[in-house]
Amino acid sequence: MHIPDGYLGPATSGVMYALMLPVWISASRMAKKTLKAKQVPLLAIGAAFNFVIMMFNVPIPGGTTGHAVGAVLVAILLGPWAACIAVTVALVVQALLFGDGGITAIGANCFNMAFIEVFAGYYLYKILSASSAATSGRRIIAAGIAGYLAINIAALSTAIMFGIQPLLHRTAGGQSLYCPYGLNVAIPTMLGEHLLVFGWVEAIVTALVVKYLQKQDPSLLETAR
Amino acid sequence: MKTTTKLWIGIGILAILSPLGLILPERFKAGDAWGEWGVDTIKGLIGYIPAGLRKLSAKWCAPMPDYAFKGGVEKNLANQSFTYIISAIIGMAVCIGIAFLLGELIIKKRSRGK
Repeated sequence: MHIPDGYLGPATSGVMYALMLPVWISASRMAKKTLKAKQVPLLAIGAAFNFVIMMFNVPIPGGTTGHAVGAVLVAILLGPWAACIAVTVALVVQALLFGDGGITAIGANCFNMAFIEVFAGYYLYKILSASSAATSGRRIIAAGIAGYLAINIAALSTAIMFGIQPLLHRTAGGQSLYCPYGLNVAIPTMLGEHLLVFGWVEAIVTALVVKYLQKQDPSLLETAR
Repeated sequence: MKTTTKLWIGIGILAILSPLGLILPERFKAGDAWGEWGVDTIKGLIGYIPAGLRKLSAKWCAPMPDYAFKGGVEKNLANQSFTYIISAIIGMAVCIGIAFLLGELIIKKRSRGK
């Protein structure tokens, strides 16, 4: 889901940076209000977890690869604003040091994974877990479903960014300037592979860690706002 | 043991296991993630390299592209796995450093404001 440099035209990259700027500002403001000193290590663990979990490329045999993001899990533990910061840190390090995701596409990649996935996942988890106790089985199911749906919403958003490029940028000769595949290819492919495979990986990772934390330290599942 | 300590150990284990993300795709003959092809691959797919893509894709040279040492394309999977783990450790360490810095800044600003 890491859009590389060159796949998005300047219009899309620019708009995404412009959209993320107020999100990042709000995230730091909200974190200032809600982040507790003892949560700072969790923020660091969250960012490192997001970084490393995305290195676990899962193959579709003979096809493409993809991975979990872990954004929903971090949102469940730290709340959406701190999670937005954690995922952003991971994505920026991946882009700058490892060329995973473009630098011109940092705004777009953060929009999809640090904003859309984080917030969709967080609110889905809240709605689905309703007023259930932190240790209830319902929370595990809620975490899994939220992970599955949120990564798919993020994949759809990524596919739309890819897919509108041929509409926005073409040479006089009809060649694409950036991503050559339109919405008719990008959406079925990106969404299909996430619905079939990568969404389940995100669901399992999210649900299992929530289950583990319920046994280990349920207070961690009560704090986030 | 504190939960946080266990989580630190957990992400450490993930770093060591990270080469699975390299070995499994290789084993099951899976290629790049969709939309993350290099210019050569894209030429093979559509017959040309989109002009804007060609220009922008060369803009940034990451120090450890694709979680490997620059220039040295490792021959075997064992060496690749080793550099993958090193990349995981470096990347996670940088993430942890930045997150602590941001966290401390956020907390400090708040206490000063009050």
